[in-house]
Amino acid sequence: MSENNSQSGSVQNPRVTWEGCSVLLDINDGDRLVFARLSAASTLKIGNKSFPLQPLIGCPFGSLFQVENGDNGPYLSRFIPSIEGNNIQEKGDFQSQEISKDNRALVDNNKAQSLTGEDIDTMRRQGATGDEIVDALIANSATFENKTLFSQEKYRLKKQKKYAPKVLLRRPFARSICEAYFKKYPARIGFLRVDTLSLLLSMANVSANSDVLVVDMVGGLLTGAMAERLGGTSYVCSTYLGSTPYPMDVVRIFNFSDEVCKRIVRSPLTELSLSQTGSSEQINQQEDVLNMECLLNHQMPSSVSMEGISPPCENDISDLIPETTVSLVNKKGNSTKAGNKAPQQAIDSWKKNGFSSLIIAAPDLDTWDLIKDLLPLLSNSAPFAIYHQYLQPLATCMHNLQLEKMAIGLQISEPWLREYQVLPSRTHPCMQMNAFGGYILSGTKISSS
Amino acid sequence: MLSIDPTKKISFSRHICEGDLVIVYERHDNMKAVKVSQESVLQNRFGVFKHSDWIGKPFGSKVFSNKGGFIYLLAPTPELWTLVLSHRTQILYIADISFVIMYLEIVPGCLVLESGTGSGSLTTSLARAVAPTGHVYTFDFHEERAASAREDFEKTGISSLVTVGVRDIQGEGFPDEFSGLADSVFLDLPQPWLAIPSAGKMLKPDGVLCSFSPCIEQVQRACDSLRSNFTDLRTFEVLLRTYEVRDEGNLGSLPGKKRQRSSKGSIVLENSSSPIVMARPCSEAKGHTGYLTFARLKCLSL
Repeated sequence: MSENNSQSGSVQNPRVTWEGCSVLLDINDGDRLVFARLSAASTLKIGNKSFPLQPLIGCPFGSLFQVENGDNGPYLSRFIPSIEGNNIQEKGDFQSQEISKDNRALVDNNKAQSLTGEDIDTMRRQGATGDEIVDALIANSATFENKTLFSQEKYRLKKQKKYAPKVLLRRPFARSICEAYFKKYPARIGFLRVDTLSLLLSMANVSANSDVLVVDMVGGLLTGAMAERLGGTSYVCSTYLGSTPYPMDVVRIFNFSDEVCKRIVRSPLTELSLSQTGSSEQINQQEDVLNMECLLNHQMPSSVSMEGISPPCENDISDLIPETTVSLVNKKGNSTKAGNKAPQQAIDSWKKNGFSSLIIAAPDLDTWDLIKDLLPLLSNSAPFAIYHQYLQPLATCMHNLQLEKMAIGLQISEPWLREYQVLPSRTHPCMQMNAFGGYILSGTKISSS
Repeated sequence: MLSIDPTKKISFSRHICEGDLVIVYERHDNMKAVKVSQESVLQNRFGVFKHSDWIGKPFGSKVFSNKGGFIYLLAPTPELWTLVLSHRTQILYIADISFVIMYLEIVPGCLVLESGTGSGSLTTSLARAVAPTGHVYTFDFHEERAASAREDFEKTGISSLVTVGVRDIQGEGFPDEFSGLADSVFLDLPQPWLAIPSAGKMLKPDGVLCSFSPCIEQVQRACDSLRSNFTDLRTFEVLLRTYEVRDEGNLGSLPGKKRQRSSKGSIVLENSSSPIVMARPCSEAKGHTGYLTFARLKCLSL
């Protein structure tokens, strides 16, 4: 019974921040995303200033912050939006006013704004708020009045972002973590798009009290997302070829309780294999060396090049790199790390009963070789899902699974996701979309006899 | 289908017993849910299958008919259930379902409100996501439909995680007892804007709402009403493209030129162990299911 109680307390991702908790900071409505750990010392850089994150501790997730001027300079202050919303496009009078204005009189000669950079700096020194600067910019714009309502709104937003930035406090969830990485450093999560991730979790039936096996070469995002679905019940077993486990740094960004962390375990494939003998282990170890080399070759350049070509817009290259040097200390002061070695008792149980689901995201390994070894570790009727950025390895794998009669319900699918702009009289698909979310091979293991 | 008791893991290696729900798999596009009963038989184009032959076999087994035809017996999962359930309404499929669960940030222990229940396709996946400690309260204004859904949830073994209520959510809103308690709300209603004010009352601050609508006009009105209390409005369309796979030795229907190449290639094939496998998108696909609009309740409390 006591275990039940502790479980119901730990499953929920808390809705209020605490010291040492991991947060996702959304600056200016998705323009910039930063993962941070809240502490008295941590800071966030906006523009060329550093702001302490201390004021964010103890606030509900979803809170909005803006820059305010205090005695000791600017600081982040909680901002409560009005119920009616700060959106200007309130009623339907857009259509009527809209028709009369257009851009025929607009001359792009860079003379429209009469306020200079020095003027703005002076205002700032005199303690003007960001919103006051934005108002001044609008008042001193010769063209603002002649803009359409839509472009007036666009202008205001653009200036607001620069002079009155807003910071939104987000809960780190599989959803937000995946989206943030996909936006900035897709290579680090193997280009796994959020809808693809959601499909993998469904197709493999990841649910409470199920033992899930994962090959996660996408930084730990998949492992974390699976653990989130298990809520501290049963185990996520992250398996690997060779002697070095794959990194799972992303797991630390989730605010997992100790209970959940304990349920994320690692085990080399050789220890999970049903027919474990000395000789096979030796062979495996030889392969390991090869695999490691191939791993290093693939991973090193990709991470380096990511840094090299990272977008020039902001100097926040390190935003999404989880703090590897900072040890994960939770609020109780003790630290539990995810990814301990799987307990022997659990391994024995898996050998006896089999895993109830499997997800593979291993772009650097041969899919068919891998599934050949992993499928026998599943119980019969267990669903599995394999992610790959390329179609061919999955097609070959599907064909082989069919020939060997190892699985049924085999399907290769490719998700497609389109976002829409929905605004009064201006609804249309977003101008930019991601055109590729990878491929998934899914199926159900059947009894070999 | 789901395990709520932490001492009992989901185990597919479990053996089939009297009274179990099994998914009878003929082909990927031909499945059916069957309740196992000692005396019953299943009859299809492959012959007659006696349930008594199934009992004691593990899930995932191949079983034979009197004529030697065979089928597979699978353990039910929400995905398989979506493929076999009886359609009382239009249902949600895997791509939308998966995206909704992920975007609503549903994890074990959450309290989720849904309306309408419809055929219970999404409800089954919601139940999986909140298990073992959370709960789904789902409402439909159609009394018989709610009753059928209840029967289905009983059959699939998720009834302890789901409560089905008969209520017109557009007209009356969600019951006050859930005020401020819901982690997430899902709406699949013809006029979602009528239910949005109530959904806003039910949600915890920062809680997420999703509205599913097939028509863009519905989305437009829903968004207009969401803007006052919600933030982070996002509308998506999600679809799946499926692929078919063939090996080179099996190209009967391709034009002559390629066929020649394949007949020449077959000599090479004899020696090489891996045939050349090719994939192409299936020509039939769903072009539209619905728009998914998500919004987050503004966080106004201190």
